[in-house]
Amino acid sequence: MALKAEQSERLGKLLAERAEKIAKRWAEIAAAPLKGRLTVAESGRQTAELQAQLQKALADGAADLRSAQTTELRAVLTELSRGRARQGFTASETATSIFALKAALYDVVDVEKGGESALRDYVAWSLFIDELGLFTFEAFARAREHIITEQTEQLLELSTPVVKLWDGVVAVPLVGTLDSARAQVVMERLLQALVDTGSPYAIIDITGVPAVDTQVAQHVLKTVMAARLMGAECIISGIRPQIAQTIVTLGIEFGDIATKATLADALRHAIRRGAAAARAANREA
Amino acid sequence: MTGAEGEAQVQAIGSDEDVVRVRQLVRTVAVAAKLSLVDQTKVVTAASELARNTLVYGGGGQAAVSTVDNGQRRGVRVVFSDSGPGIADLDLALTDGYTSGGGLGLGLSGARRLCDEFELDTAVGAGTTIAVVKWAR
Ligand SMILES: Nc1ncnc2c1ncn2[C@@H]1O[C@H](COP(=O)(O)OP(=O)(O)O)[C@@H](O)[C@H]1O
Ligand SMILES: [Mg+2]
Repeated sequence: MALKAEQSERLGKLLAERAEKIAKRWAEIAAAPLKGRLTVAESGRQTAELQAQLQKALADGAADLRSAQTTELRAVLTELSRGRARQGFTASETATSIFALKAALYDVVDVEKGGESALRDYVAWSLFIDELGLFTFEAFARAREHIITEQTEQLLELSTPVVKLWDGVVAVPLVGTLDSARAQVVMERLLQALVDTGSPYAIIDITGVPAVDTQVAQHVLKTVMAARLMGAECIISGIRPQIAQTIVTLGIEFGDIATKATLADALRHAIRRGAAAARAANREA
Repeated sequence: MTGAEGEAQVQAIGSDEDVVRVRQLVRTVAVAAKLSLVDQTKVVTAASELARNTLVYGGGGQAAVSTVDNGQRRGVRVVFSDSGPGIADLDLALTDGYTSGGGLGLGLSGARRLCDEFELDTAVGAGTTIAVVKWAR
């Protein structure tokens, strides 16, 4: 709900005239529920900046948060939300810092003595502050989402290292559950490593995959086919006995793809094949 | 199926993460029922297949996991249910390699081979329920 021009003006005036008292109360009330995780001084710096921007927006005639005069105020609110999200505060802890202004204002205007017009002002200001709080809430949610996406991406990267094991042999150890998103990352990184290192052999080690179902198998098969198209041979290693039995019962066929029990076996296989290929090439030359 | 059945633990299936949760729950119950490592792996893998089908083809549903006891042996029972489109041609769906969705087409038939008991109940337009049991040896 938009503030009437005179209500906006009166709030601006109040913020200017009682600036110090309001700033002090706001900072105190805002810091209380944060239980020492944010110092009163730090919380005070944030509310002081908000107060300054709010006062400026009102002086410029802002009636609600959609007004052009509130661009900077919104930027400060967004920045506050982002910071709090990164520091691990909750959405309500963050919005409460804004709602604290209501309590601070209540302390400086004597609503009861001021009668009906003071009450009407206070209600209108409260609604305006609610709007600020909700905006903060939304900005916070967006910031959280962003952080989570970032972390997921980082995790994907972290959990799929492609290592060069030997001259001409790269390996990717798969650990945990291989869902479609991770399978995609694994495939891309493995193919890129093949290009970067010019390796003719790639080992996909599944020792760390707890269950090899048809989806995992399909992802692995696709990766092997893609590597083949690039002229590289894949070896699947780390197939433990219980996984081998399960794969056979399921009916999955790895066809002519080399499979080995351990990573060491797979490496030995790749080195031998590499040496044989080199000898063959020498004979032809 | 005969014998006593323990309290079922129900896991909703609405996302990829839930499929992982079903696997973990089945693994925990299989360990408690003293299944061998091979049998644990088999029933967990079967559960993974059926949970994914529940999600992908059934549009989501649930898995109810419980221990069973027939007086001689203990085992794990998992009941998957969805209210999806159902399976019109069951023989076809159970054929190795048949898929309507770009999979390997080995989940349903493979899960049947991986378990000791497999009961499938489906009606077009009403949904699918699949109950499997794996006994400790
Ligand atoms: N819960 C279900 N509801 C409807 N259709 C199903 C369900 N489960 C399996 N199906 C059908 O059976 C087919 C075979 O399943 P499955 O053997 O697991 O192979 P895939 O998952 O690779 O397609 C599926 O492609 C689908 O058409
Ligand atoms: Mg399937």
